[in-house]
Amino acid sequence: MKKLLLPIVIIITGVLFTGRLFYLQIIDSSFTAMSMDNAVKIEYDYPQRGFIYDRNDKLLVSNQPSYDVMAIPRDVKVFDTLELANLLNLSTEQLIKQLDKAKIYSPRLPSVIVSKLTKEEYAYLQEKMWKFEGFYIQKRSLRDYEVNVAANVLGYISEVNNAVINKNPYYQSGDLIGRQGVEQYYEKILRGVKGVRYIQKDRFNRDIGSYKNGKFDTLPQKGKDITLTLDIALQAYAEKLMKNKRGGIVAIEPATGEILALVTAPSYDPSLLVGRKRSKNFTRLWYDTIAKPLFDRSLLAMYPPGSPFKTLTGLIALQEQVVDSHDKFACYGGYRYASSRNAFMACHHHNSPLALREAVAVSCNAYFAQTYLKVIEKYKTPQAGINAWEHHLESFGLGNYLGYDLPIGRKGKIPDADYYNRKYRYPTYNWYAPATISNSIGQGEILTTPIQLANVTAAIANRGWFYTPHILKEIEGQPIKDEAYTKKNFTSIEPQYFDPIIEGMFDVYNYGTARFLQVPGIEICGKTGTAENFAEIGGKRVQMTDHSIFIAFAPKDNPKIALSVFVENGYWGSRYAGRIASLLIEKYLKGEVTQTQREEWILSHSLEEEYAKFHPEKEVKEEAKPSDP
Amino acid sequence: MSRSIKNIDWLSILLFLLLIGFGWVNIYSASYNENAQGMFDFNQVYVKQGLWILLSFVLIVIILSIEAKFYERFSSVIYVISLVSLAGLFLFGKKISGATSWYDLGFINFQPTEFAKAATALALAKFLSDIQTNLKQFKHQLQALAIIVIPALLILPQPDAGSALVYVAFLFAMYREDLPANYFIVGIAGILLFVFTLLFGAIWVAVGIVLLTGLFLLKNRRKKPNYFKWALTAVVGIVFVFSVDFIFHNVFEQRHRDRFNIVLGKEVDPRGIGYNTKQSEIAIGSGNWLGKGWMQGTQTKGNFVPEQHTDYIFSTVGEEWGFLGSTLIVTLFVFLLLRLLFLAERQKTQFKRVYGYSVVSILFIHFLINIGMVIGILPTIGIPLPFFSYGGSSLWGFTILLFIFIKLDAERMAY
Repeated sequence: MKKLLLPIVIIITGVLFTGRLFYLQIIDSSFTAMSMDNAVKIEYDYPQRGFIYDRNDKLLVSNQPSYDVMAIPRDVKVFDTLELANLLNLSTEQLIKQLDKAKIYSPRLPSVIVSKLTKEEYAYLQEKMWKFEGFYIQKRSLRDYEVNVAANVLGYISEVNNAVINKNPYYQSGDLIGRQGVEQYYEKILRGVKGVRYIQKDRFNRDIGSYKNGKFDTLPQKGKDITLTLDIALQAYAEKLMKNKRGGIVAIEPATGEILALVTAPSYDPSLLVGRKRSKNFTRLWYDTIAKPLFDRSLLAMYPPGSPFKTLTGLIALQEQVVDSHDKFACYGGYRYASSRNAFMACHHHNSPLALREAVAVSCNAYFAQTYLKVIEKYKTPQAGINAWEHHLESFGLGNYLGYDLPIGRKGKIPDADYYNRKYRYPTYNWYAPATISNSIGQGEILTTPIQLANVTAAIANRGWFYTPHILKEIEGQPIKDEAYTKKNFTSIEPQYFDPIIEGMFDVYNYGTARFLQVPGIEICGKTGTAENFAEIGGKRVQMTDHSIFIAFAPKDNPKIALSVFVENGYWGSRYAGRIASLLIEKYLKGEVTQTQREEWILSHSLEEEYAKFHPEKEVKEEAKPSDP
Repeated sequence: MSRSIKNIDWLSILLFLLLIGFGWVNIYSASYNENAQGMFDFNQVYVKQGLWILLSFVLIVIILSIEAKFYERFSSVIYVISLVSLAGLFLFGKKISGATSWYDLGFINFQPTEFAKAATALALAKFLSDIQTNLKQFKHQLQALAIIVIPALLILPQPDAGSALVYVAFLFAMYREDLPANYFIVGIAGILLFVFTLLFGAIWVAVGIVLLTGLFLLKNRRKKPNYFKWALTAVVGIVFVFSVDFIFHNVFEQRHRDRFNIVLGKEVDPRGIGYNTKQSEIAIGSGNWLGKGWMQGTQTKGNFVPEQHTDYIFSTVGEEWGFLGSTLIVTLFVFLLLRLLFLAERQKTQFKRVYGYSVVSILFIHFLINIGMVIGILPTIGIPLPFFSYGGSSLWGFTILLFIFIKLDAERMAY
């Protein structure tokens, strides 16, 4: 025992050490990560973000250098604080406060003292920088907007937040990421891939050379330039016409599904969200909950489509063969769809009886109420009828996401049998087709977004098919090949049934509800819409001024543009939306506007008084609208 | 001389050379500096260490040249000189990083602590080999204890508690020479109770002692145990536990408490006192199987582990040479210790055996405490890893310690 104690203790110690080493080095892998964390610094080379062009190769978004004034507190020598403060547009106290903050962060590492100086400020400052030891200027790249429109389409870039960092390992704190619009949707294409350099650090966090001689380093890949389908001239003109109005406009090239214009009003100048004033401006836009300039009405606002929806009612009736285009229906200033006293859908004064083409032209409620009932009642149960009807509408892209290449959207709403069963508590109570009669004229439960309605217009213009609307045309000059946007979607309506509808829409301009909106030399097909809407004001449901809605495409043969225009509380279809639609079509097809009177009328008429009604306690102030510089 | 060279244990020398060589390679990596002025820049730690190593070879030749009898005969003189040099520190000592452990000889700083171990080993060997000494007698136990404790007490106030603690090692040698085992049993029981008290609190440990004693007595009641003796033992144990609790919380300073708490896993504080241990564990843990390669350790290059070329040199091994390299070093040490133990056992005289045992015990305690600290299973106690850590005094001290024994062993046939 005497001789054994020490050798046994020695061997036990050896085994114990080996076991502990095995645990530290082999089993517990967390130390390797910790070692990378504190000994290896990763530096990134940020590639230039891709440029954005419009369909006519006009540059919309490029990059501008931006300059941050940095300081390494330890290296800062005594300097003329007043002079530097003046150069940087700070007060002496602010400058000293910034320096103290930097010192607290780290005396050895660079901190930003003033960020995002412009080129001009930089040029001036650069000559004087030698006086201030420990300070230097670091270059970064910011977005530069060549246009002051289409903010909702382009989106903006900003620093990533923690949610993104946790979800996507590509991003590090301080990285920029696209938000909203194409900046967000095509983030990966635009941003490129950043290069990585691994740098060995010492315990004071100073660089002491490249890690493993750059074995793991990668080179940055430049972001790709993209070309949008947008016609920026049309977009700008549309935004100009929407001044002092709220609503959305979407214009599509029917033959391709390319979005020509995507307008929301009010909007803002995209360059507001760049540079030093970004966060101040963003906060101001964000908190404007009255006009909601950050809310993209063209994609997100769900409106009752109103009378333009009658074109679909007509198409479904023809496809279901419950009427043919020559069947006439009488209109006695309206239509009594059930026996009760209130069950009357009023109409305005026009010729009677009338067939489909004329019914579209004069927008007869009675005609479409009756044909709608015929469609639903063709089936054994109202449930089956509603579902068949809903199925047709779905094929036009209604009631669901369209699938366009922008990050936001709404489904809109097309009621189906389940919906009415729930609403009327079937089977405890039965419900019948007349209970859904508002559907026939695009009121009631139906909601569509402007882009959905524009897509319906394009499908009508194409006589039964459409390409999914999209905003991206080319990547680095190469046309997109994504099948989602290059494959035709066919509606459930056969092509021949479109003729009477299109003729009817043509007659809307000839003698119908938009006869005074004609544009010489262009055969326009359109349909007015006037949608009732309600708002809750002071706890009461109040009927507001009707929305003004218009859909149109032109020319009638071989259409080049199809659009939908929504103007909130714009009285009736032809008053605001119709005028704007006609002006846009002329602008797009002719390149200039001859109807100057009409243009002047739109530019000089404001709906701000209408919007003020929503907030009787507040006065809507002009300067609160960043969209109107 | 020629006969003794033939008898020299070349295996021990080989292991010694391997450790010293590998140690230098790691010091080079840990202290490498791109601004160095070539291999003869004496500001560089690794250049200095290289010089100490070369000079230690001179020392070895001198030690081996002196007759073995000299060490036995002059052991008392050497011991007294060593004590005087330790005491002299109170008057002439130079303070380096908080400890007055050095003499400033102008061209070189000299640390007598590192040489006192060999001197004490010689003195203890001399005392125990005296024909009249019997460690079963309390008086002789006290005398032997005095030989060990005096240098330790001189070292303690430098302050250098770590080096003082090393003198516990001599207990192994004394145990081999018939020191009653009870001392060890009491010692080990004391350490266990100490650790348990810190881990679980005095109350629970006391309850545990009562329960265990009760159970033991119940089970052995047929054998008629001495109930009074057992009860007394239990009471002494409980008193010990509560005094540990009291001392730990009321006498220890916070930094001492922290050192224990870190090892017991009670505190995680990577920026504070636990920083060294944490960084050392990170360095070692990131080595994985084969390590990052010589001069490739990111933690080593970044100087994350403080004192890496001295007390924490083993973390460089762990990071750059991985599990394979670090277990190789552990194995080399174990081999060397067992080899020396084998040599000690084959000595014909008690003096040589006690000295050999003392050498093994001292090297072992350094090995245990240093690596145990670096891999985070023992509290932070700053003592060097023999033959490995940077430092001229410690390298020479260990070299002298080892080679006196190799010389003694080589002349074993002389008698």
